[in-house]
Amino acid sequence: MIRITVNGQERQVDVPDDMPLLWVLRDELNMTGTKFGCGIAQCGACTVHVDGAPTRACQTPVGTLAAGAKVTTIEGASGKVAEAVRAAWQKLDVVQCGYCQSGQIMSAIALVAANTNPTDADIDAAMDGNVCRCATYGRVRAAIKDAAQSVRA
Amino acid sequence: MLHHLIRQAAQSGFPDESFGRTLVQVAPSRRNFLKAAGAGGALILGAHLPLPALAAGGAPPGIVGPADPRPHLFVIIAPDNTVTVLAKHLDKGQGIVTGLATIVAEELDADWAQMRGAFAPADSKLYGNHFFGIQGTGGSTAIANSWDELRMAGAAARAMLVAAAAARWNVPAGEVTVAKGVVSHAASNRRFTFGELAEDAAKLPVPQKVALKAAKDYTLIGKPGLHRLDHVSKTDGSAIFAMDIRRPGQVTAVLARSPRFGGTVKSVDDKAARAVPGVLDVLTLPVGVAVIAKNTWTAIKGREALKIVWDDSKAETRGTDQMLADYRKLAQTSGAVAADKGDVAKAFAGAAAVVEGEFVFPYLAHAPMEPLNATVALNPDGGCTIWAGSQFQGVEQMVVAHVLGCKPEQVKIETQWAGGSFGRRATTNADYIAEAAIIAKAYGKAPVHLVWTREDDIKGGRYRPLFLHTIKAAVDSSGALVAWRQRIVGQSFMAGTPFEKMMVKNGVDATSVEGASDMAYAVPNLAVDLHSPTSPVTTLWWRSVGHTHTAYAKEVMIDQLARAAGKDPLAFRLAMLKDHPRMANVLTLAAEKAGWDKPLPKGKGRGVAVHESFNTFVAHVAEVTVSDKGHVTVDRVVVAVDCGQVVNPDVVTAQMEGATGWGIGHALRGEITLTDGLVDQSNFDGFLPLRMSDMPKVEVHIVDSHERPTGAGEPGVPTSAPAVANAVFAVTGKPVQTLPFSRGGMV
Repeated sequence: MIRITVNGQERQVDVPDDMPLLWVLRDELNMTGTKFGCGIAQCGACTVHVDGAPTRACQTPVGTLAAGAKVTTIEGASGKVAEAVRAAWQKLDVVQCGYCQSGQIMSAIALVAANTNPTDADIDAAMDGNVCRCATYGRVRAAIKDAAQSVRA
Repeated sequence: MLHHLIRQAAQSGFPDESFGRTLVQVAPSRRNFLKAAGAGGALILGAHLPLPALAAGGAPPGIVGPADPRPHLFVIIAPDNTVTVLAKHLDKGQGIVTGLATIVAEELDADWAQMRGAFAPADSKLYGNHFFGIQGTGGSTAIANSWDELRMAGAAARAMLVAAAAARWNVPAGEVTVAKGVVSHAASNRRFTFGELAEDAAKLPVPQKVALKAAKDYTLIGKPGLHRLDHVSKTDGSAIFAMDIRRPGQVTAVLARSPRFGGTVKSVDDKAARAVPGVLDVLTLPVGVAVIAKNTWTAIKGREALKIVWDDSKAETRGTDQMLADYRKLAQTSGAVAADKGDVAKAFAGAAAVVEGEFVFPYLAHAPMEPLNATVALNPDGGCTIWAGSQFQGVEQMVVAHVLGCKPEQVKIETQWAGGSFGRRATTNADYIAEAAIIAKAYGKAPVHLVWTREDDIKGGRYRPLFLHTIKAAVDSSGALVAWRQRIVGQSFMAGTPFEKMMVKNGVDATSVEGASDMAYAVPNLAVDLHSPTSPVTTLWWRSVGHTHTAYAKEVMIDQLARAAGKDPLAFRLAMLKDHPRMANVLTLAAEKAGWDKPLPKGKGRGVAVHESFNTFVAHVAEVTVSDKGHVTVDRVVVAVDCGQVVNPDVVTAQMEGATGWGIGHALRGEITLTDGLVDQSNFDGFLPLRMSDMPKVEVHIVDSHERPTGAGEPGVPTSAPAVANAVFAVTGKPVQTLPFSRGGMV
């Protein structure tokens, strides 16, 4: 049995140590908001927070999580920054197919939490790992700036 | 996609307002929809729009009368005051659920906040695409297809709500008004919500004739500020995609397919795979070797442990370099004639300047963010239920019925939000859904969720075909285009499919030459021919289909010709578009908004391209910076689009933004290559997607139009890349004729 803390709840799962956190969330805990996109940390669709840091769940064997590590997924993202990011996404109608957007939003929350006035270069650096095949990038950029502004206000 | 059919339908006339359309009230027996709305006593409405007889051997579409006595259900008004529009089209990000709901809401005078969307069940008789004859989404047809029937359904529902209110208040219907979801009688200051009237309205006769609004009276259609209906569920993780389906007892399957196209299984050693804890079964099937496990990770581990010997005797073993060399040889000979006007040879002899070019377009994967997947549960009646991001429900029902030995109507499809498609989910043989059904049938014990990994997707074919174009064109001494000869070489993805009869005429696959054989620029001498070599490499339409390569070759060549003629690229184009006012209009609009005449500093350039596809007109103007080392950065893109009456302008804007990124991203560095028949790329580390830092600023301008609405999903793609190439040409003087740009060291 492996114990992990997801969205503030302690969970126990009976899986091998090397099963990626992505599949623990999706297949064992039925938390499907975190998406499978590439499996090799090239697309960012599986981005979650581990102790607040954006992390690719597909390349995080569940056994490597430190004891007491706190995992946050899109379903559990909350607080002032998360609410500002989500509101900006909705206000600007960022989504198209939406499949990558859980990961985009988790990366954006981590960015804005660390930097409430990101430049275009900051956004490029923080978001280049999140692929959107619908190319919603322009709106993602605008929504991050909008969210950052409301967090600053 | 299927532009040919669309054009046929357009030419033979859209169904006349007065003909054959009967509004029908649903029988109470269809309780499944009542349940879907969450309550009884709902008003449920549809409209009969007869399907063109396309399925019957390619006869021109015409009105055949109601094919099915059951109503086509589109609108559910529930006592909880929600209005649910049933979308017969797949929403794969293009926003069609929002668009269809907007159409209904307008005629209904609903409040946008009460609108909901749901996917209609699979049923080609009820929910067929009027351009295809079966249920399916593609060719940027969804709005054009649903425009009439949904306005009719919305208007009829409104009339019934008004009649119900008038009866309750005992006042003439003419004194009852509807606005923003409220039914009012001003004189007595009384009001009802739609929900309060739904049960009464459902008991009334359905009006057989309804007046539709004039465009000047629209309050929702064409107006800004309507949020997408999926903008909340797709930002909190609650939207359910096919990948997220979890049925009781469900198992996961992954399939080992031949690494070479056309290969088959020779022998399998599955001992190690079966020994992986959690692997439930290994099945050797005609489509490959399926590993079934209790979860996805285990299934993938099991597949890695398989030892398979493949029979490559019928497989493609060439690399793409060799294929291209073979294409070049073919291009030396004449192909099937797609266009032949005037006398090109004579025109070349008398021309002032002749320009020649060879264009190369690589294989491209669609790579939607949600990898292909489907869940299939066998039903006791011998049929099944499928959960998928289903795009061609009509085809899938027929193919799966064949797999299971049941009737197509026994194949139930629960369509889910799709995580992108770009053409990939619309296949002529239901490929991945058929695989899932084959595995579910063979396993037999539980619902099977077949998952493609990203590697399966990138290596799995159904690519935009590799294409070679050779073009020779000439201008006369006045600088006018006088001759154009184009030879196109590339695989046909219609040949050998049920669509071949419709799409391939006299050896010419319409999807290979669209945008070339029907060139809009005035040219007195035009010859286009086509070679369609075959290969086991599977190919498919890819967002904007033939226009992905024909528009590029045409528009880049036009800039070369303008230079040869000593003309400005914009003026050169406009002079040849006198018979195409809507094309000229978007071209002028984009150029004006971009500031075409404003000089740019050294190292920066501006390029333009214009094209018609799917009855929509789009022009792009791109600004680029070319560094001293020759590296290209796209700084700004201006798009002008005329898609007729716009339903939701922000959704159209989003499609133009996305299509621009799609076109440019693949032009910069997208390619699938083969070496000895093996695909060189396997994931996003090799098939390089557009990323945030690549995305230019995109400004979209929509032509204000009350022409019939066309489509917006694909038409933004064709002109995006050639506008960038022409901007590079403006800086360097070197045309970019081989894609991707990375091949030329430009990115």
